[in-house]
Amino acid sequence: MPDSDRDIVVMTGIDKSFPGVHALQNVDFSLARGEIHALVGENGAGKSTLIKVLTGADRADKGTIAIDGRTVSPRSPLHAQELGISTVYQEVNLCPNLTVAENLLIGRQPTRLGFSINWNALNARAREYLKQLGVEIDVTQPLGSYSVAIQQMAAIARALVISNAKALILDEPTSSLTALETKQLFSVMRKLKADGIAIVFITHFLDQVYEVSDRVTVLRNGSLVGTYQTAALSRLELIRLMLGRTITDLDDMTAHKMESSHNIAVESLLEADDLGLSNSLEGFDLSLHAGEVVGLAGLLGSGRTEMANLLFGVDKPDGGTMIMDHKPVKDFSPAASIARGVALCPEDRKVEGIVADLSIRENIILALQAGQGWFRRIATKEQYEIADKYIKLLNISTPSADQKIKNLSGGNQQKVILARWLAANPRLLILDEPTRGIDVGTKADIQKLVLSLAEQGKSCVFISSELDEVLRTSHRIVVMRDRAKVTEFSGQVDEKGIMQAIAGSVS
Amino acid sequence: MNGSFSRTWSKLTESMLFLPTAALLLILIADFFLIPGFFNIEIKQGHLYGSLIDILLHGSPTMILAMGMTLVIATGGVDLSVGAIIAISSSVAAIMINPTIVGMNLTDPRLFINNPQYTWAPLWLVFVVPLVIATLCGLWNGMLVSYWRIQPMVATLVLMIAGRGIAQLITNAIQIIIFNDTFAFIGNGYYLFPFSLYVAAVVFVGAWLLTRRTSIGLFVESVGINYRSSFYSGINERRVKLFAYAFCGFCAGIAGLIIASNIRTSDANQIGMYTELDAILAVVIGGTLLGAGGRFSLMGSAIGALVLQATLTSMLSFGVPASAITAVKALVVVVVILLYAEQTQTFLRGVGKVSLRQEATR
Repeated sequence: MPDSDRDIVVMTGIDKSFPGVHALQNVDFSLARGEIHALVGENGAGKSTLIKVLTGADRADKGTIAIDGRTVSPRSPLHAQELGISTVYQEVNLCPNLTVAENLLIGRQPTRLGFSINWNALNARAREYLKQLGVEIDVTQPLGSYSVAIQQMAAIARALVISNAKALILDEPTSSLTALETKQLFSVMRKLKADGIAIVFITHFLDQVYEVSDRVTVLRNGSLVGTYQTAALSRLELIRLMLGRTITDLDDMTAHKMESSHNIAVESLLEADDLGLSNSLEGFDLSLHAGEVVGLAGLLGSGRTEMANLLFGVDKPDGGTMIMDHKPVKDFSPAASIARGVALCPEDRKVEGIVADLSIRENIILALQAGQGWFRRIATKEQYEIADKYIKLLNISTPSADQKIKNLSGGNQQKVILARWLAANPRLLILDEPTRGIDVGTKADIQKLVLSLAEQGKSCVFISSELDEVLRTSHRIVVMRDRAKVTEFSGQVDEKGIMQAIAGSVS
Repeated sequence: MNGSFSRTWSKLTESMLFLPTAALLLILIADFFLIPGFFNIEIKQGHLYGSLIDILLHGSPTMILAMGMTLVIATGGVDLSVGAIIAISSSVAAIMINPTIVGMNLTDPRLFINNPQYTWAPLWLVFVVPLVIATLCGLWNGMLVSYWRIQPMVATLVLMIAGRGIAQLITNAIQIIIFNDTFAFIGNGYYLFPFSLYVAAVVFVGAWLLTRRTSIGLFVESVGINYRSSFYSGINERRVKLFAYAFCGFCAGIAGLIIASNIRTSDANQIGMYTELDAILAVVIGGTLLGAGGRFSLMGSAIGALVLQATLTSMLSFGVPASAITAVKALVVVVVILLYAEQTQTFLRGVGKVSLRQEATR
């Protein structure tokens, strides 16, 4: 345990309630100089709330916060920043249409004679700051033209530059990064750690907890489970602490999958022949069958989402043909796809999934109602029945179906979106990263759900960045690389084989 | 008892109808103390008569406009052209009753001057044609917004500017006097209550049924909150917007008929001037968020229109000169902005919470 005068932040007895939810109960948390401290827990465990209390976005009902031994009560994220605590959120909240340099130094621009901005100095300084983090890019380009990883580095650099931060909070920074970008981020984190900055690292990836963190604090249902030295804690033990139970062996899923492969229909439900869209996805052949789960593997940006969007009609293909039920598909739009019995659970939950201000009930029946049209309204009573059925089936934790979806945790929101598509009763269900940013327990639930849907005769397309997950759930695996379909594996294949295909050493 | 009060209080303050209703009550209470005889209602010539009735009579067109505007604002848009559509619909109606276009001596003036039965076109057409044209105007707005992806404010500005010109062309820039008594009845007549109030009630009930008994209301809200999610869910987001603007145009058409009937003239230059701002203000007072869209309340908007009219009627009764009324409206805007600010909302909810907490500590 680090001695107390090394502690930058000490939170004691934090308590916080929201209407209907006791989000934090008597939680202690401390953060030492020069450490990377992982904060883990299932969805709704209270990680976000704890961070919000620390950064002044929410006020604690009870408890104290001390920074450098002085008791403080952060009033707002800005105030917390002045106190030396900076946060980089999951969604980068900088201005994509300003240049990288402007984003970094806005509010701290070097000026000539006190008014006109010295652009050369601004750009040079921005370049210097990023170089310290090991990033060398053209800082005069708009931030939005760079990958999310670079944007995140820029956000980190800004947090350090602007506020002279002592503590840096990284909220799910790796959830949309590739493996290489993640490595880059970790080296930046280690560098900052060596400079004596304390880092809170929130993540769902347990590998990353072990790779980079010194200590780990586990929260469960709003209570503190404990803080541990990462190296001294076994992975199985960590999962047990997070879930509060021993995780059932996921391997019986594989057996289950093998059994269900007998149900796969011979006849294809949907057939794509050289289907493609220029500048987006090279033409591909694909046949999907009832009762089968087809996994899409590949790196971020390899064309997985593009393929899903073509199959669902979000984008209109400009080459090739698509045949469903022996008829060529002409009308490409989500509405037409839903009418055909195709559903897509999109990748970006916030932007493409939830309708934040509508209730859980309304979010669930939305696609079903859209399919029925304007004038055949689903009766309110029936709406409640549908909503309650899926709240129970998917174990969505909410006091009632009338709760606004924005008040739910990320994992529960994802379940509601899944429920929306299950309620529409599709024959082909495309799931684009359905388990991103979701805790281990829910992940397993969703994987099982996908398999049971296939068993019921549905055709599923399962997209995920996590290879083991794709392997575990899919009967057949399609590998994508550089916006093209590379190859297809049916039957037995191991992680290594797929990785080789992704890397390009097998064609 | 205290607990049940604070629970009721928090339910009340969370309701969209809380602020508009409270505002209306406050104005009426102030009137009760400040303006003697404000609440007097008499029966004259077989119908009700008094300041309160005046509010209902003159508030009706704004109420009708606010119904259409509510849907447009809920989709995240705004319609600045309703005033111009009023000018078009009233001009079309007037010219159909009394086609005295210069150089086109369609009728002998002796036929219609002071003739309370005269109409050139059949009266049912006088109602139907302007409404069809007004709806087409709304469709035009909707086309620009949903299919051409033009910012709603810019898109409807086109018709706001062009509309009065079109109305002038229709009437050849002449103020047309309407002698027909049947037409004049819809804006002046009474069946105990003003006839226009019944029209407003029918539009309100119609709009409510159309949005809440079908799935249109849900789709409008969904598109306003997150049009991408709505698109992914299979909602035809463009058609929803097209509908909202067309309905808004239709409502403006009705308002145009009532206003023209009320003043028995069609003055393309002046009629319905600034009514778009009244309609927007009524919707905002009613709790639907301008700009953000999403959740809407037709009842809120109807009450919002009454709040606006009650303020105006009270000010006039109180002796504020009509020329200073715009300043009063500006004051209403400021009050509304302050009332709907997040801080005020939190404060209002806080009042309930404090008493809950007191109860808990007891």
